[in-house]
Amino acid sequence: MVSYSLNFLISFSAKLSMDTRKSHLENFSFILPALIFFCVFSVYPILKTFQLSVYTWDGIAPVMKFVGLAHYKHIFLNNPVFWKSMGNAGIITLMALTLQNAVALLLALIVNKNIRGKHIFRAIFFLPPILSGIVVGLIWKWIYDGNYGILNYWLSRLGISGQYANWAWLSEIKTALISVGIVHIWKGLGYAFILFLAGLQSIPEDVYEAARIDGADEWAQFKHITAPLLVPVFAIVSILTILGTMQIFDLIYSMTRGGPAGHTSVPITEIYEYMSNGEFGYATTMAIVFGLVLFIVSIAQIRIAKKMKQV
Amino acid sequence: MNIFTSKKISINIVSYIILICMAITCLFPLFWMLSSSLKTQDQIFTDMSLVPKHPHWSNYLDAWIKGEFNSYFLNSLIYTVCSVVGIVLISSLAAYGFARLDFPMKNFFYLLLIVTLMIPIPGAFIPLYVLLNKLGLLNTRTGLTLCYINGGLAFGIFILRNFFDYLPKDIEDAAKIDGASKFGIYWRIALPMARPALATLVIFNVLGVWNEFLLALVVLQDKSKMPIQRGLMVFQGTHITDYPLLMAGITIATIPVVIAYIIMQRHIIKGITAGALKQ
Repeated sequence: MVSYSLNFLISFSAKLSMDTRKSHLENFSFILPALIFFCVFSVYPILKTFQLSVYTWDGIAPVMKFVGLAHYKHIFLNNPVFWKSMGNAGIITLMALTLQNAVALLLALIVNKNIRGKHIFRAIFFLPPILSGIVVGLIWKWIYDGNYGILNYWLSRLGISGQYANWAWLSEIKTALISVGIVHIWKGLGYAFILFLAGLQSIPEDVYEAARIDGADEWAQFKHITAPLLVPVFAIVSILTILGTMQIFDLIYSMTRGGPAGHTSVPITEIYEYMSNGEFGYATTMAIVFGLVLFIVSIAQIRIAKKMKQV
Repeated sequence: MNIFTSKKISINIVSYIILICMAITCLFPLFWMLSSSLKTQDQIFTDMSLVPKHPHWSNYLDAWIKGEFNSYFLNSLIYTVCSVVGIVLISSLAAYGFARLDFPMKNFFYLLLIVTLMIPIPGAFIPLYVLLNKLGLLNTRTGLTLCYINGGLAFGIFILRNFFDYLPKDIEDAAKIDGASKFGIYWRIALPMARPALATLVIFNVLGVWNEFLLALVVLQDKSKMPIQRGLMVFQGTHITDYPLLMAGITIATIPVVIAYIIMQRHIIKGITAGALKQ
């Protein structure tokens, strides 16, 4: 790749004067380190991904066995567990898209109203997003603990007993996925909030002024000014929420490792499992299929946002 | 008029109640982490008080030495510093080249680099593992650091190029007339002027590298090379019920992030909104 572009460069600049050519080479050297990194750590992995997906390989053996599209076929026809893991991630994504983003928008609308302590609230809301997924997962695992967790302690103080006393939130099939989803929302809320707030602050105040003179009340202002002008921000927040949540890993790994019995497994934990079991080819194919699903969802999302803009 | 103002006041009260409830929800888990880290192994299962009466500070010393969090912490420090220096140098060089200098196919190369920022490649850790294995860099600090540097380049080039594009050229032109070399102008004039953008880039990547887990999980096997996120999982796996020590370890992992956040809050928020909204 590098030698190709250099050759091209040299032949291209052959027509130019000696001085310009020399200067072009010098200028090109500024981007060369980045370009080398890009070729080795981005281009090679992408090409390797497609190559691995048509082989069976344990990651060690000197020879890889060619299997054609067998992995793809197997994933589409015989791997319901993988599709279920996408469903699990999909459920958390839906929780984040609705609950998280609705609350985030509400908070942004309140904070944008020149409220006292605005900066303190903003700083507090954005604290969870800067923490690592592992840290957040381990703290919440302790809060959710069935026997000694503070959540069950409070619930028992509220008088909850019988079947749900000492409820193990993360290892019971009924609640595991929802409990993980709530932690994900807790962590992601501030991020959506900050983006909504930035969007709101970019709407000039005189637009509202004009509407108020025309007699528009708060709801009318929201419906006719704020909401339409926020459509691009909605689109960005939705895409980031979808891409971020579908690829959730750290929280799951630190809280449940996909358990109980796969009820919180997500695509990346599945791909990681297959890879650590030495199925490099199959795991890579799962990654490609998953990448395609994400790509299609993103495109659909952009289309929807564009249509909303036209309305 | 009276009804109108009283309605406005009650809306304000509801607003504050919502904000305060959410603030407590955001802060409580961290508060509980601190509280649990100061209890003894016996207290932690029985004492539900939010502020322990006799804070057991020695948990931190135990975590630091017995839990080997000193090694994890220092490793994280090394990974963070080396990666961020690499990202800043390489991406600022490239960004300056794209913004100020002329060479054939400039826009083609720029798009090529930036597209990697846009396309989500899940499971990229598998080919990266294969690559590092081939280079003999698996289970090494160098290998992990190189992956981190690569991960930060596209975003760095993107925001720095935008910054350089809007920077007035006068001073650089004056330096050129004085006979300064291109590298000299970049190093002594453009880079110092880009300080606000560099601050955003630095803090953004410090958080990203410090909090990274998946690549560290795939690339490293030796405990002695693991960063702190990885160390937390190892500790949790071997001392499954030692919650006070685990919470002390988590606190040690979190303190630098929170301090950096408090100091650089403005830059973090600016960087994150810029990164997302400009896409």
